Amino acid sequence: MLEKPLSFWGGVDPREGTVVSEHHPQFGISLRERVLVMPSGRGSSSSSSVLVEAIRLGTAPAGILLREPDPIVVLGAVVARELYGVELPVVALDEKDYRSLSTGETISVDATGNPAALHSDTDQRTGEEHGS
Amino acid sequence: MTEPELTPYDEDLFSGRRSEAARTAMSIILQMARVAGAKRLIDVRSAHIDGCLYHGRAGLDFAERLAAAGGRVVVPATLNVGSLDLLHPGLFRGDEETARLARRLMDAYVAMGCEPTWTCAPYQLPERPSPGEHIAWAESNAIVFANSVLGARTERYGDFIDICAAIAGRVPDAGLHRPENRRGQVLFDLEGIPERLRHEDVLYPVLGHLVGLEAGNEVPVFDGLPESTTEDQLKALGAAAASSGSVALFHAVGLTPEAHSLADALHGGRPTRTVRVFPEMLVRARDSLTTSPGRELAAVSLGTPHFSITEFGKLVPLLEEIGRVHPRVDFYVSTSRHVLSEIEERGWLPVCEEAGLRIVTDTCTYVTPILRRRHGPVMTNSAKWSYYAPGNIGVETVFGSLTECIRSAHVGEVWRDEGLWAGD
Repeated sequence: MLEKPLSFWGGVDPREGTVVSEHHPQFGISLRERVLVMPSGRGSSSSSSVLVEAIRLGTAPAGILLREPDPIVVLGAVVARELYGVELPVVALDEKDYRSLSTGETISVDATGNPAALHSDTDQRTGEEHGS
Repeated sequence: MTEPELTPYDEDLFSGRRSEAARTAMSIILQMARVAGAKRLIDVRSAHIDGCLYHGRAGLDFAERLAAAGGRVVVPATLNVGSLDLLHPGLFRGDEETARLARRLMDAYVAMGCEPTWTCAPYQLPERPSPGEHIAWAESNAIVFANSVLGARTERYGDFIDICAAIAGRVPDAGLHRPENRRGQVLFDLEGIPERLRHEDVLYPVLGHLVGLEAGNEVPVFDGLPESTTEDQLKALGAAAASSGSVALFHAVGLTPEAHSLADALHGGRPTRTVRVFPEMLVRARDSLTTSPGRELAAVSLGTPHFSITEFGKLVPLLEEIGRVHPRVDFYVSTSRHVLSEIEERGWLPVCEEAGLRIVTDTCTYVTPILRRRHGPVMTNSAKWSYYAPGNIGVETVFGSLTECIRSAHVGEVWRDEGLWAGD
């Protein structure tokens, strides 16, 4: 879980999938193949490109859960499906569901239906201190 | 999810009868329209395309696939910066393979009929959108300027959707295209800022940086900016607020087209909250834009967003004053080829060259490897540059006013105008 919004452009290195923005409190953590939970996207309109590039290189998060819908993040996922046929679920959560999540938890995200389904298994925490 | 109502034109594009590229463009626009809950699509008069900056293979795959599938823009479409300075190719210090791919990307967009303007400040070009006109602009600083200062209407478009909008000439009727979403929300009361400081250029990027952090993606309203506030100042303010936050529209009472009065900016309602801005808040915001305590400078970089002709008008006398920059300091200004041709016409180029200024066009010093790897921080008058350069190109930054930057470039180390931020 990220405490603060993150811009993929200028904020994430798509070669590694790590947070490279020094302005972000979680500078240095890896987003790769984790479920990224953050309040919203932020900043540059180039963020969709960086997200698609990360998806192409396999360094992207496994899914993205937001408190506020962010068209730039959604667009990255839509284009990745058009270009490479890769599905990356992006879900906007209500405040209650958002608050129920915590770092290190194992969750499954099914965004094929509407609304999307979120399953959490609190018995299977990974114990990661810096997971997303 | 709402299913947007399509016109026969939309259906025609979506059917793929016109081109496969038009089908792809319409498919992506429709998916975004559903997410945004748009009831219909609307026409746009122009587009500004951000996708021509190389971020990796994905952007190139997308552009070349569209171009090969018959993608052609149906509205005037200007191009944002690319990764290369096509007029001064020797400035690029990246690897050859990246340069080759970056060039292919720029060529793919030109092949689709976009204009090779290569600037992040399309509002400095002769043709500007009119108030109330719907446009599809990408690039966060251009978006906030178009919405706020020009009064045109664009949503926060980004890579991919920008070219789709230009190929279809259509966008979802959502977000900042709709009047109800343009209502001012957070009120920034500037009465606590000393009058003299309100006339200094350096206030605007710092205020923007602060406002971006405070406002997030709400619409800020400024009460208390002087009537003399310039477009360059509003450019710096918007660019900074769109970097530290997601500001895509602001209103400045008495200055911007949708804010003849405070009530006008708030659509007759009340602000969600009021933030009183005091000098100590500005000083904290200013200090957070300097990441290095170092004094010996490696370089000075101006022109983010692209330097305007009026900014050159301020720079040239300062250069005449100092004569030449310190031999240890690399001194760059990023601008558009359009503005470069204007400064050539005005006879300002020799002064710039004699001072040791390297003019970068078509790109910007913080998005591509141009700066030499050297010891010491880079000084800038741009909050946006200061915000993004450490992550993008791995440099440390020192923020200062234009005069502080020029004097520092001359002496080779950080020079401060001690009176600049002093309270009155």
